[in-house]
Amino acid sequence: MSMSLRLPTPARLGYSFNWVGRIGLAVILFWAVIAIIGPWITPYPTGEMVDFDYFGPVSQKFWMGTDYLGRDILSRVIMGARYTVGIALAAVTLACAGGVLLGMIAGVMGGWFDTLLSRLLDAFNGIPSLLFGLVVVAAVGSSIPVLILTLAAIYLPGAYRFARALAVNVNTMDFVTVARARGEGFAHLILREIFPNILGPVLADLGLRFVFIVLVLSGLSFLGLGVQPPNADWGALVRENIEGLSLGAPAVVFPSIAIASLTISVNMFIDNLPTRIRDRSA
Amino acid sequence: MLRSATTWLLVGQRFGIAAITLVIVSFAVFFATELLPGDVAEILLGQAATPEAVAGLRTAMGLDEPAIWRFLSWLAGLASGDLGMSYVNNVSIADMLSGRLANSLRLAGIVTLVCVPVALFLGIASAMWRGSVLDRLVSMLTISVISVPEFMVATLAVLIFAVWLGWLPALSYGVDVDSWGAMLRAYAMPVITLSFVVAAQMIRMTRAAVIETINTPYVEMALLKGASRTRMVLRHALPNALGPIANAVALSLSYLVGGVIIVETVFNYPGVAKLMVDAVSTRDLPLIQSCAMIFCFSYLLLITIADMIAILSNPRLRR
Amino acid sequence: MTEPLVCVRDLRIGATTDSGRKVEIIKGVSFDIAPGEIVALIGESGSGKTTIALSLMGHARPGCAIHGGTIRLGRHDVTGMTERQRAALRGTEVSYIPQSAAAAFNPSKRIMDQVVEITSIHNLMPRAKAEAKARELFRALALPDPDTIGSRYPHQVSGGQLQRLSAAMALIGDPQLVIFDEPTTALDVTTQIEVLRAFRSVMGQGNMAGVYVSHDLAVVAQIADRIIVLRGGVVQEEGTTEQILTAPAHAYTRQLLDAFEPVPHVAAPKTGAQARPILQVDNLCAGYGAIRNGEPAAKILQNVSFRLERGRNLGVIGESGSGKSTLARAIAGILPAYRGNIQLDGAELKPDLAQRSKDQLRRAQIVFQLADTALNPAQSIETILGRPLTFYHGMKGAKRAARVAQLLDMVHLPNALRHRLPSELSGGQKQRVNLARALAADPELILCDEITSALDTVVAAAILDLLKELQRELNLSYMFISHDLSTVEAICDDVLVMLKGRVVEALPAARMSAEAVHPYSRLLISSIPKLDTGWLKGLEQDPELIALFARR
Repeated sequence: MSMSLRLPTPARLGYSFNWVGRIGLAVILFWAVIAIIGPWITPYPTGEMVDFDYFGPVSQKFWMGTDYLGRDILSRVIMGARYTVGIALAAVTLACAGGVLLGMIAGVMGGWFDTLLSRLLDAFNGIPSLLFGLVVVAAVGSSIPVLILTLAAIYLPGAYRFARALAVNVNTMDFVTVARARGEGFAHLILREIFPNILGPVLADLGLRFVFIVLVLSGLSFLGLGVQPPNADWGALVRENIEGLSLGAPAVVFPSIAIASLTISVNMFIDNLPTRIRDRSA
Repeated sequence: MLRSATTWLLVGQRFGIAAITLVIVSFAVFFATELLPGDVAEILLGQAATPEAVAGLRTAMGLDEPAIWRFLSWLAGLASGDLGMSYVNNVSIADMLSGRLANSLRLAGIVTLVCVPVALFLGIASAMWRGSVLDRLVSMLTISVISVPEFMVATLAVLIFAVWLGWLPALSYGVDVDSWGAMLRAYAMPVITLSFVVAAQMIRMTRAAVIETINTPYVEMALLKGASRTRMVLRHALPNALGPIANAVALSLSYLVGGVIIVETVFNYPGVAKLMVDAVSTRDLPLIQSCAMIFCFSYLLLITIADMIAILSNPRLRR
Repeated sequence: MTEPLVCVRDLRIGATTDSGRKVEIIKGVSFDIAPGEIVALIGESGSGKTTIALSLMGHARPGCAIHGGTIRLGRHDVTGMTERQRAALRGTEVSYIPQSAAAAFNPSKRIMDQVVEITSIHNLMPRAKAEAKARELFRALALPDPDTIGSRYPHQVSGGQLQRLSAAMALIGDPQLVIFDEPTTALDVTTQIEVLRAFRSVMGQGNMAGVYVSHDLAVVAQIADRIIVLRGGVVQEEGTTEQILTAPAHAYTRQLLDAFEPVPHVAAPKTGAQARPILQVDNLCAGYGAIRNGEPAAKILQNVSFRLERGRNLGVIGESGSGKSTLARAIAGILPAYRGNIQLDGAELKPDLAQRSKDQLRRAQIVFQLADTALNPAQSIETILGRPLTFYHGMKGAKRAARVAQLLDMVHLPNALRHRLPSELSGGQKQRVNLARALAADPELILCDEITSALDTVVAAAILDLLKELQRELNLSYMFISHDLSTVEAICDDVLVMLKGRVVEALPAARMSAEAVHPYSRLLISSIPKLDTGWLKGLEQDPELIALFARR
């Protein structure tokens, strides 16, 4: 059967993206590709001092100038994409997977489990995210797994809350009641009946959370508590080269542009998703 | 206006919930800080300390007692206003905190005064003229600001106002604040930075809340009565969007107490957030706990106030 | 004939769908309305009747726009006006009574403020005078407590009252034209009568013209002078009410009228009293909320008992809040009953469905009213129909596919539909899939919860025919819940009349109209509009009964 697999893809449901959304998507894909193929396209080894001058200007040899030790910025930005995109993606996936799963369970089960979990995570929300990250990282020391877990922990309550609200909405729909009346088990209700119907908004939410995580990660790195030297994500690159600012060095500008381009394009993409994807709950 | 007894019951209930949450939070905060690796006594005495000395100090500091007991006595202390003594320099936490907290609150207060009116105005206006040039401009600006790390906003502000224009000092503290002009200059940079960040969030959420109510049948009904756009939004949509807007403002403002660590660092501003980060590196548990409690308390307070505004503005909830 | 008040010529309205496709929803509609005349726009969902009515106010819903044609209202050319000029027209020249007054009243403002708002928007009169006029209108609309009702909030008055209050809101500016947008569709029949009466009396007094949008010919027959039949954005037929009802010229109009004719249901033969009933319910009690001392906080069902014999159909009728849907849920085990006894084919059913066996669950299936929400929008029709096959019968692969095709055929849907998503189906098709899913279980009893209520009359009639056909082939029994008496008459052998969670009367459906004795049953039966222009005028109801049973 040639047509037996007709998934509800955006195109099939008649969704289309406008040009702002497309630009956003293009930039996101660009950075994703860079993050994947990074090690093979850096013009210079990232850790090596290749210029005798520090804070070198943009030149034929160094497209984005050099940093405070005379390292090639282009290479470091390319490798920085790995850390920024990679850590943020891992963290957001963990946060959303955990939050959505717990949210669906709480939303469908209700009762004391729901009340307790909701209260607890609500209170957790009150702790400023960056501060929480700082405290944990300062206490346990910074490493990439610690960063990922901390960032995921920060954004799990929000994802939980969002998914729970959606799940509660879907749970009241008749098709879930029909499945329940049929005698279906809890897992079927959650995975087959509810999850596919909250997927759209959850993915949009994941995008926004990704932006927040990139920002907090950059903030941590900017304060010296993120990715540790000699490795550097984009936030750390800004920190390393902040003195170059008054010298007019491009070293601090390009990492900043990299961060902004990624986060703005994710926002642009999410903002211009067709409303039917964003709020399917309606 | 007359408020019935049930209204006050509802309001009291919200406060009750907030109080219970606060206790849960204090429990979580206390035991989370207990989990921090590293022993205070060892850190205080340095690596050369003998095990006997460490043990002696632990007993002296009361660290030998069971955790739950220490938690209860700490909680009792909190309730009576005694925040305990710093482990590190034996100063009362209350003394260490008061100056810093005043600084933080002052900054937060100024930002609130600047931000809230501007944000509400822009949020409502861009919802009212959705799709207009103003709306698109505001939208673009707010997306850019919330998409950009705070340190970049701060750095940009320094670059523009201190380096290029030379109007303002780059650092805010340490400058003598002896006149209104001097104070204005001292606070200008952190205030500008924070205002941008906080206002952007508030504008977006306000706009979304107002647009949601604009799409309701009763606002369409107002249109069909011949109401102007301003009347539709201000008289019909806005009163019903008050709850969500209050919530948005509360969320943004809660950020101002503890979330400003970047701004405090960049501008060398001595606030509570920085104090807490410093406390972590010295393992000063009582100080960490107190700071965390301050943040959670201010968050809960703001959220509860927003909740109450929502209740009082909705006749269905306050019957 | 005098100069018409409203003159619509070749009106074309286009809409942009979610996917950005442009479609024309009104395709060149022309009609006139004379001063003081009430014209009804009749049509099924998607016929464009509301869109046309709103365009008379110069308003198009978001995504829609007037593309061509002219609308003249009095001496104003509505199509050529600026938005500001149109706003000046709204409320003073033409005003609007919405379908759901409950949604159209601002929940955070007092009723009086909203009723007199038109006078302050257009500076018609001082506030005190406007309030006095509003109170006069409240009286004319037979609202209770006309002097104080204005100080309440919308959530504090009933639906029927809100609907009449919205009429006061529309009439306060003395418009020349009033648009009624299905104003009684959301109301119960006993409430509908009073609202219709109020509309008739105020429209009769002033010399106002009206546009009455509805899908219900019987309702329209009571109030309109002329009827315009619409379908797919095109006028099918136009004529006086009398002519449309008695001598329809267009085939589609006849189809609409035919759907009204009660199809006599041949009652299934009664089996002996000793035969085992498929469903027997004794003293069933169910409710919602926290359970204390074994009883829930809100008790809905109270001591409901009945028996349904195999091969027969039981109708349950009642107005909103009568507990008829709760009854279906309690029998299905979705809402566990806290007292009473349910027997399926002689075997006891546990209250909670979690404690029933898979086979018990399979034998009794429930079908819900709104196919839109009853079908998982993320699953294809094949998945939706295949799941119960796998779940109850362990079918897989080709065997399941063949059975899905068979099921689709049973409900007269083409097999090609099985790859579609529910959103790609029409309302009637969705309801057929909804039924097919229940059939997939090979049930003996189907609980039908208002399954035709959300459908257009013609489509609903086809679904009823399908139900009968399936019953003949599969020896099914139906429990048929509805607020619509004629639907129940068309398919059921016996009827339960429910009021406030209790069964007030049980009797054979065929003799229902003639033999009902309980006063509430009589009130309910007499409240159903008839296809007769004189019905409402000639209707006499006992005011004491109304006070007792109707929630107005």
